[in-house]
Amino acid sequence: MTMPSPPVPADRYTTTAIALHWLIALLIVGGFVVGLYMTGLKLSPDKLKLYSWHKWSGMTVLALAVLRLVWRGRHPPPPPLPGQPRWQLQAAHAAHLALYGLIVAVPMSGWLYSSASGYPVVYFGIKALQLPDLVDKNKELAALLKEVHEWLNWTMAALVTMHAAAAVKHQLIDRDGTLARMLPWRHRHRSA
Amino acid sequence: MKPIPAVLASVLLGASSGLLAAERAIDTSRSTLSAVFTQMGVPVEAPFKRFSGRVDHDPAKPADAKATLDIDTASFDIGDDDYNAEVRKPEWFDSAHYPKATFTATGLKPAADGSFEATGTLVLKGRKAELKAPVTVKAEAGGSRYSGVVTMSRKAFGIGDPAWDGTVEDPVKIKFQLFVPAAR
Repeated sequence: MTMPSPPVPADRYTTTAIALHWLIALLIVGGFVVGLYMTGLKLSPDKLKLYSWHKWSGMTVLALAVLRLVWRGRHPPPPPLPGQPRWQLQAAHAAHLALYGLIVAVPMSGWLYSSASGYPVVYFGIKALQLPDLVDKNKELAALLKEVHEWLNWTMAALVTMHAAAAVKHQLIDRDGTLARMLPWRHRHRSA
Repeated sequence: MKPIPAVLASVLLGASSGLLAAERAIDTSRSTLSAVFTQMGVPVEAPFKRFSGRVDHDPAKPADAKATLDIDTASFDIGDDDYNAEVRKPEWFDSAHYPKATFTATGLKPAADGSFEATGTLVLKGRKAELKAPVTVKAEAGGSRYSGVVTMSRKAFGIGDPAWDGTVEDPVKIKFQLFVPAAR
């Protein structure tokens, strides 16, 4: 039995994977910052707008994350560049797995929290796009899910920081072209 | 002036129908009353925790049915202190000045599907408007349940700070499920 091998340069992620990576990166950083800011606001129409935008962006991340996992399942990433210590490869692999899990778990925990609080998620405020409530309204459960959502977010923030720091280290210290494999534009040395 | 026998007859009839269909208090422990408002397209249902009322309904004479419902506006519980404080402000319910809203229904009009339409007057925040509410009456162990959903305009009653108009929609659904024990 042979697997179909997609026509992908072995040293680069596919264009789809790169697009999904950066789109999700943008949305999770934005969603995280808005999330931190909005919870401290006094009740106002603007606060409710920010909550809605936060939820819409989170649900977009969830949809993109599912797409990305499906894509990743069918398009293996390029193998790691040679010459890296084993511990580093293992750490990177573990961090990537955790981040894949978190881009699903963080929006799911937000959706659950919203349901338990008695606020259905209405995607883009369009009534036809009202998402089903995952759990019934329940004050105690909502308080617990709030903690879970926050805890998952701080974990993700820590991992994203490490992930970005590792990319910078590859680029500036190792100078090994690891970052270029995920950049939206082709690196100069590739055209040579 | 009516002849005395006719006056007597009407008094007697009135008394007898009063015996048949006495006014009964709503059992609030088995009843719910809630409002569904829509903010940013999101329907949010919240209960009124305190209300009371009476129903006078002889199934043989739906047109003579009467009901009153007193609602404590400060008992509207959205489940969050900030929200609850907002909605009691003068721009919304103004619960300090208008602690009670009252709905008085007179007459149930039978509809084709076996349900009824109750016509009544809602007095809310000092304003008065007629409201027609569809009502389903269902016999239950020990009494009857009157339920229905009616949509009203919050702005018609001056409910809401205009600053929120882009966020909170004008139509508000009132959902009621009132249990009235049978006369003993």
